[in-house]
Amino acid sequence: MDGAQDMGGVKGFGPVEPEPDEPVFHAEWEKRAFALTLAMSRPGGWNIDMSRFARENRSHADYLSKSYYQIWLAGLEKLMVERRLVSPQEIEQGKSLVPPKRDVSTLSADNVRAMLHRGGPTERDPVAPALYAIGDRVRMKNINPPTHTRLPRYVRDHVGTIELVHGAHVFPDTNSLGQGENPQWLYTVCFAGPELWGADADPTVKVSVDAWESYLETV
Amino acid sequence: MSGHDHEHDHEHSELSETDLRVRALETLLTEKGYVDPAALDLLIETYEKKVGPRNGARVVARAWNDPDYRKRLLDDATPAIAELSYAGRQGEHIIALENTPTTHNMVVCTLCSCYPWPVLGLPPVWYKSAPYRSRAVADPRGVLRDFGFELPADTDIRIWDSTAEIRYIVLPMRPEGTEGWSEEKLADLVTRDSMIGTGLPKRPGKDS
Repeated sequence: MDGAQDMGGVKGFGPVEPEPDEPVFHAEWEKRAFALTLAMSRPGGWNIDMSRFARENRSHADYLSKSYYQIWLAGLEKLMVERRLVSPQEIEQGKSLVPPKRDVSTLSADNVRAMLHRGGPTERDPVAPALYAIGDRVRMKNINPPTHTRLPRYVRDHVGTIELVHGAHVFPDTNSLGQGENPQWLYTVCFAGPELWGADADPTVKVSVDAWESYLETV
Repeated sequence: MSGHDHEHDHEHSELSETDLRVRALETLLTEKGYVDPAALDLLIETYEKKVGPRNGARVVARAWNDPDYRKRLLDDATPAIAELSYAGRQGEHIIALENTPTTHNMVVCTLCSCYPWPVLGLPPVWYKSAPYRSRAVADPRGVLRDFGFELPADTDIRIWDSTAEIRYIVLPMRPEGTEGWSEEKLADLVTRDSMIGTGLPKRPGKDS
């Protein structure tokens, strides 16, 4: 979606401000919000694409006013309420008002290591040969879905070159909506800086995105 | 009360609100039987104490020392990194990017915060924030200036936006004056930022 999260090339955010010796977490609540998010994906039954959409699916003002883990928290609450794991009233009151949802599996401490080690690989068997090869020139489509996509605005309608071919991977645009994994060939597409930012832009800069086949058009 | 104090108090009370909200949520989810607090503690400990950029530094140091390992890493980084027992969540598909005298690589996730957890741990706040996410792809030289260094005007800068589940780690160039160094000593030179592309490795005797 064309939300505040699509930040590539947006002006006015100021300088990057690295924090020397910064801690992994800046408050106890950040640690708990992080852990709750990871632990709830099994009982919640959502996938990472649904998770990302839940975070970004809010107004610009809301997204930009929240810190990183506040966005995680908001996304988690949204996912849980959507699936009726908890109600908004229960969240506000911090206590259970109705029996828990049934047939929900909990992540136990014994399973944490295996879960993290397994991760969530997205490569799948391809259903057709790749349409494009390394060296091909492609144009990024100008799609503007109201729902989740991983095609950033700053590359839409621009022409780039296929640099890498990664195999077929789960397609987030449908996976985030529960419409299936629909694996597509995934490519790294590389753009010259001036193609993206104008003729006066730094010619030594090249930018790539990783793009699924349906984001691309033959040039 | 001055304007500054009022803002500070507002932010402070907002964060206290978030703290209360998260505590209440954990109580609720534990009461429902959805989460096990021991699992939560272990998740936190893993990423606060166990998994971090020292992992990636060892990978880089091995590549500097061992030409065969370097080749394996550049050919297919995921299994090469797994040789050191680093693997899993947010590192299922890793590519190592070789810095050369003519090309400098930099990694970003403009859309959120995608980052190679098994080798670098959790990303720093600046990586997840609007200034880096917006400027890395448009003004990388300006971003590097914010980090305190410049690249020669004719060096190519290559930015990789992690829009899928492919994760990137930069293989920086080995500093001069490190001939014969052990892997452990070499790993000490490899900074977190040098593996993202917003910094360079430390130089022996010059950088503490």
